[in-house]
Amino acid sequence: MTDRTNVVRLRDTAADSGELSRDASRPRLEKPDAQSVKMRTVGLRAFYGDVQVLKAIDLPIVERQVTAVIGPSGCGKSTFVRSLNRMHEVVPGARIEGQVLLDERDIYARDVDPVRVRRRVGMVFQKPNPFPTLSIRDNVLAGLVLNRVRVSDPDALVEKALRQAALWDEVKDVLARSGTSLSGGQQQRLCMARALALEPEVLLMDEPCSALDPIATARVEELIHELRQSYTIVVVTHNMQQAARVANLTAFFYMGELVEYDRTDTVFTRPKERRTEDYITGRFG
Amino acid sequence: MKDRFFVRLFVDRALRGACLLSTVLALVPLASVLWFVVVRGAHGLSLTFFTGLPKPVGEPGGGMAHAIVGSLEIVGIACAMGIPAGVLAGIHLAESEDTRFGRFVRFSADVMAGVPSIAVGLFVYVLVVRRMQGFSALAGAIALAVLMLPTITRATEELLRLVPESLREAALGLGVPKWRATLRVMLRTAAPGIATGIMLAVARAMGESAPLLFTSFNNRGWASSPAEPTASLPVNIYTYAVSPYADWHEQAWAAALVLVTLVLCLNIAARWLVRGRLP
Amino acid sequence: MTAPARSGSLDLGYGSKLSGDAVFSRVTWVFALVVIVGLGAMAFEMAGASAPTLSVFGVEFVLGRVWDPLHRVFGALPFIYGTLVSSLLALVIAVPISFGVAIYLSELAASWQRDVLGFLVELLAAVPSVVYGLWGVFALAPWLRTSVEPALAKSLGFLPLFQGPIQGFGMLAGGVVLSIMILPTISSVSREVLRSVPSSLREGALALGATRSEMVRLAVLPYARSGLMGAVLLGLGRALGETMAITMVIGNRPEISASLFAPSYTMASVIANEFTEATGELHLAALAEIGLLLFVLTIALNVVARLLVGRVGRVAVRGRL
Repeated sequence: MTDRTNVVRLRDTAADSGELSRDASRPRLEKPDAQSVKMRTVGLRAFYGDVQVLKAIDLPIVERQVTAVIGPSGCGKSTFVRSLNRMHEVVPGARIEGQVLLDERDIYARDVDPVRVRRRVGMVFQKPNPFPTLSIRDNVLAGLVLNRVRVSDPDALVEKALRQAALWDEVKDVLARSGTSLSGGQQQRLCMARALALEPEVLLMDEPCSALDPIATARVEELIHELRQSYTIVVVTHNMQQAARVANLTAFFYMGELVEYDRTDTVFTRPKERRTEDYITGRFG
Repeated sequence: MKDRFFVRLFVDRALRGACLLSTVLALVPLASVLWFVVVRGAHGLSLTFFTGLPKPVGEPGGGMAHAIVGSLEIVGIACAMGIPAGVLAGIHLAESEDTRFGRFVRFSADVMAGVPSIAVGLFVYVLVVRRMQGFSALAGAIALAVLMLPTITRATEELLRLVPESLREAALGLGVPKWRATLRVMLRTAAPGIATGIMLAVARAMGESAPLLFTSFNNRGWASSPAEPTASLPVNIYTYAVSPYADWHEQAWAAALVLVTLVLCLNIAARWLVRGRLP
Repeated sequence: MTAPARSGSLDLGYGSKLSGDAVFSRVTWVFALVVIVGLGAMAFEMAGASAPTLSVFGVEFVLGRVWDPLHRVFGALPFIYGTLVSSLLALVIAVPISFGVAIYLSELAASWQRDVLGFLVELLAAVPSVVYGLWGVFALAPWLRTSVEPALAKSLGFLPLFQGPIQGFGMLAGGVVLSIMILPTISSVSREVLRSVPSSLREGALALGATRSEMVRLAVLPYARSGLMGAVLLGLGRALGETMAITMVIGNRPEISASLFAPSYTMASVIANEFTEATGELHLAALAEIGLLLFVLTIALNVVARLLVGRVGRVAVRGRL
């Protein structure tokens, strides 16, 4: 039940606009009223077979903010984001209990089509996974083509998505080349462009930089920074500096529990929980 | 000490030599078969071989146009039945969770692959020929399809399993339904390898004669429909080879040259398709 | 950068009740079922077709030495004998060579040799059976008659195996042709089995100062023993069911003779030769029962072989690619 109180506490903190405005360099965190909570989980539990990997998580995802999910390996942070667009159940034996509300509608309700959920809640994976049989251009369009969406001006869409992913200048002359011919960082941005071309409302990123070198990581982080103007973003990372750099809000997971959720700077400078402090000071994980 | 070392070295050399010798020995029949087929087959080849029909018994000349077309027809129909069935069954094995049913299908396919082709011919005779009251290209095609089915099923399954799961996740994450992700992403990515498996199965089916002996049977002329007895190259090679006429022997060699060329081209093309791409 | 479509623009519900996934998985399920049904139907239809002789002759069918369709006497022992002996002969010739090939290609050869020679050995499997038969009739049998068999009779003629009239066509020719045809099967499966031996075992042996051949003998072969046995059984399965090539060279006479020079007959050959000209239902049923026997025998062999080789499905597929 501590999780519930954490959420309440966040609302209290966020409501205290005086404290927020003190740090002018950070984007202002609006008061998360009902309107601005894009998604929230209610008593979310996840299982692989008999093993429970998430224990009753209650967490809001605030609209047009970047929420970082941090924690040591095996803490359930990946499972958590995968449950936000019903990718968790793709693994055999995996199941979910509790609710995940998208615009206050439960995406695990019986009559909900997971395919439609995933169109609204896009995902970028840990390892870049462009389709090897498709060109760069067709990779960007893949989501639309595979969903049989008719596009009036595909070239304009490709350009727009690649510009959003800050990849256009690097690939505009080689659009016909295979998606896998790009470098790792470029591939990951291609995967982001592919997700953005579908115009999702929420973008989930599962350790998007873990397979990338520092320079590519910086580019992707920059990109996340720009994208939060128009998207609701959830980033899983095991890299605390990264969380501090890109996220306004941070949730700390430990052993399948949500330990702490607050504004990023609060989590990193004045953690309320002992375990959070131990983790961010490097005492474990 | 020193002596033993030299003995060991000698034994090592001798055993290595024996292995190399076996490999060379194994290839002698291949060389001999290909040599005979090319030399004696080229002798019997002519334009009429490809365009003409057999002359009446005892009269020299004539060709095997009907058998070439018949072979292609039977194999074509077999492909139309065996390839979709095998690929879909393979998809089921690769994509569905590990169930008892799946394991039993896999086991059946493995066992089926070991059933002698003559037994398959017998089975199709009882199942089709006896019920339709006549030999037909269709029956021959069913027999070949049964032979192709397990190979294609297992090849499709194994190659789909080689496709990284991350690609399926990418497609699902884009809101693509699972079935379309399977067909358009997984199958598409595994396609070259699966095509190789299919081509090898087709090549094997093309050279089969035992299952055709009492399904498509034979025909001295053109079959007017797939419901009639139909000539094929392998069956013709057999009947011509065991006949007493020297002219027919020559035609059997020519037919063998055509058949071997077709089969080897399919084999080489199949391997060329996946050169260096399998893990 | 325009804001993407917002909430409510896409509903979450199913477009239609019947989802594509359900349809697709049912369709693939049906075709998977076809594989099982096909195998079951084979057993069922052949058992049905051989019912008449099964009831008339019973065990006598397998033990009877006389095969006389005109007088409606059907004893399949000569065919069973011919099949078993020709297959064993094929194994005696093919197994050592196949193992040599497999060891050479997996342990000794340079990588380019591996590719080229491996490909050529695989091509042996690609040549159609009937072409081997043709070659057997016009190349192998004459060679055996003029060179090999006289030499064997002269040097080993004191053995009953190498006595009697020399004809070229007969058990020896059948065994040789079969051995060529099963060689690629045994060698490619063995090669995959050897490839699955952990390289740490090899390195361990080499580090102790073993020569290459000692490494193979001491570290690789013991580990691969059951897999190699499975490879041999898969080869045997192919030999038992092989039809055309052996029909063309074995002489086709239903007699049991100790001599390898004498003509013989196999189960597959008698089906191939007599089925379309069978005289009456009982004759057809007798041939069908031989087919059934062959079917059961090869299935049993394959099951055992696959258990021995373990993941032979993967092995066989890769071996073929």
